[in-house]
Amino acid sequence: MYWNEEIECMSKEQMCELQSKRLVDTVKRVYENVPFYRKKMEEMGVMPEDIRSVEDLHKLPFTTKMDLRDNYPFNTFACPMEDVVRIHASSGTTGKQTVVGYTEQDLEVWAECVARGMTALGVTKKDRVHVSYGYGLFTGGLGAHGGAEYLGATVVPASTGNTSRQVQMLVDFQSTVLCCTPSYALYIADEMQKMGITKDQLNLKFGCFGAEPWTEHMRAEIENKLGLEAHDIYGLSEIMGPGVSMDCTEKTGLHIHADHFIPEIINPETGEVLPEGEEGELVFTCITKQALPLIRYRTKDLSRLTWETCGCGRTLPRMEKVTGRCDDMLIIRGVNVFPSQIESVLLEYGQVEPHYMIYVDRKGLLDTMEVHVEMTEELFSDAVRNIEAHEKKLRQRLESVLGISAAVKLVEPRSIPRSEGKAKRVIDNRKLV
Amino acid sequence: MTIKQVSVFLENRPGRLAEVLGLLKENKVNIYALYVSDTTQFGILRLIVDQPEAAFAALKENSMTATLTDVIGVSMQDECGALYEIIHTIKEEGVSIEYMYAFAGRKGTNPAALVIRPADMREMIDMLQSKGFKLLSLEEI
Repeated sequence: MYWNEEIECMSKEQMCELQSKRLVDTVKRVYENVPFYRKKMEEMGVMPEDIRSVEDLHKLPFTTKMDLRDNYPFNTFACPMEDVVRIHASSGTTGKQTVVGYTEQDLEVWAECVARGMTALGVTKKDRVHVSYGYGLFTGGLGAHGGAEYLGATVVPASTGNTSRQVQMLVDFQSTVLCCTPSYALYIADEMQKMGITKDQLNLKFGCFGAEPWTEHMRAEIENKLGLEAHDIYGLSEIMGPGVSMDCTEKTGLHIHADHFIPEIINPETGEVLPEGEEGELVFTCITKQALPLIRYRTKDLSRLTWETCGCGRTLPRMEKVTGRCDDMLIIRGVNVFPSQIESVLLEYGQVEPHYMIYVDRKGLLDTMEVHVEMTEELFSDAVRNIEAHEKKLRQRLESVLGISAAVKLVEPRSIPRSEGKAKRVIDNRKLV
Repeated sequence: MTIKQVSVFLENRPGRLAEVLGLLKENKVNIYALYVSDTTQFGILRLIVDQPEAAFAALKENSMTATLTDVIGVSMQDECGALYEIIHTIKEEGVSIEYMYAFAGRKGTNPAALVIRPADMREMIDMLQSKGFKLLSLEEI
């Protein structure tokens, strides 16, 4: 079943032709409307007329999360603000969030991408889609919501939290599709067990799980516990949000909507483009976005690409399930966390050393994060409550910057290794890959 | 009249207390009394020792977080009701205690002692002295 058969089953030649035309337009548009890109291109000596097809893509500069931060909040937008109808945001590497914008047309493209992906699983307008991604600045909730609604399905915008009520709704509404993070899917299964509800009382057929790394082992576990087909949905707010790619009934990689996003795999060290099939950093160029058409955006996600026709009949290029990151970003309970954010909180707080260790664990089904910070002369007091007050303030500041809670543990001075070159700041005991 | 108490930060992990005590032993510091205040995340070890400055310096040299805090030592008899008498007076006078601990067993004129960290040092000292309690110097402990 296809949502847009012409595009989804287009020959590679036709797709490249379409991409080329859209790329040329996009490059011209960003050069004219985004001073940041004009400057970057001029520095590299590339003019819009140098870009005639996708073959010329490699001549263009990369874009990084840092560039978005430097142009915070709206300076990378390529359209007038009055045409922007929605803002989303995700974690930045330090204090400031990464802000993205959408025009009405951008939202429609997004909805179509998600609808295409869901259709590939077998979802139709007769389905009921329970969305347990967070609604708000995070793209997960509204992204999945928009796509399911565009498809014509019945959407239950459950958002996150109050899991026992969510389970009750799944039973009462007999929803057929569940959209959430894979760890939350397991959490729901756990809650069901506590409530004495079996998977036979549910009517779930498909799951669209994403926003955090998960393994084939987790896929099997979720399928077994919830009695559904678990599918992988990939995306990032900078490019669009969930739905940039999604796997199909074959579960052999995620189809990328290449008519909107040109994928490349590069060597993260050198920036050199790697041949099809090799593992490297995933890079996307948005060729239809109006508000934020990012050029060669470095996702830092590691994957590989294939243009082989899929068993489902689609010719859209596929990316392998993301296997890791080439930076130190952590994904905890679906929230992106950069260790540098923690460093910036400590530096701003003062009275503590900017040395820290992050311990991530999965206790039961929930990810936990503990930040170890060294006790200092300035912080130490003979009174327990003074130290606890510091702990509490640090915890609150971390939570407000990171968007998730983290325990703070004060440790002995000089017990955290000092950096010699690249310091290891994260101990992740979740064993996800 | 106050006494210098040594307070040491203890990370919550096995063996930490032994490290601190080992260091004091090496530096020939004798401990008269100790009190560990613990939370789920860390502890504070509070010590009355014969040489507070030397103990403090040794801890610092070994990168341990420590501080010297003024506390009040109150002499009391090692007998039933002695502690109650002091605490009851403090209550009646409406003076606040941050924390306190007591120890007994030393011979002589001051067989037991109460260590008090008050909310207001001046107020506590004046009150105890006006009520006739004997405050102790380090040498008298």
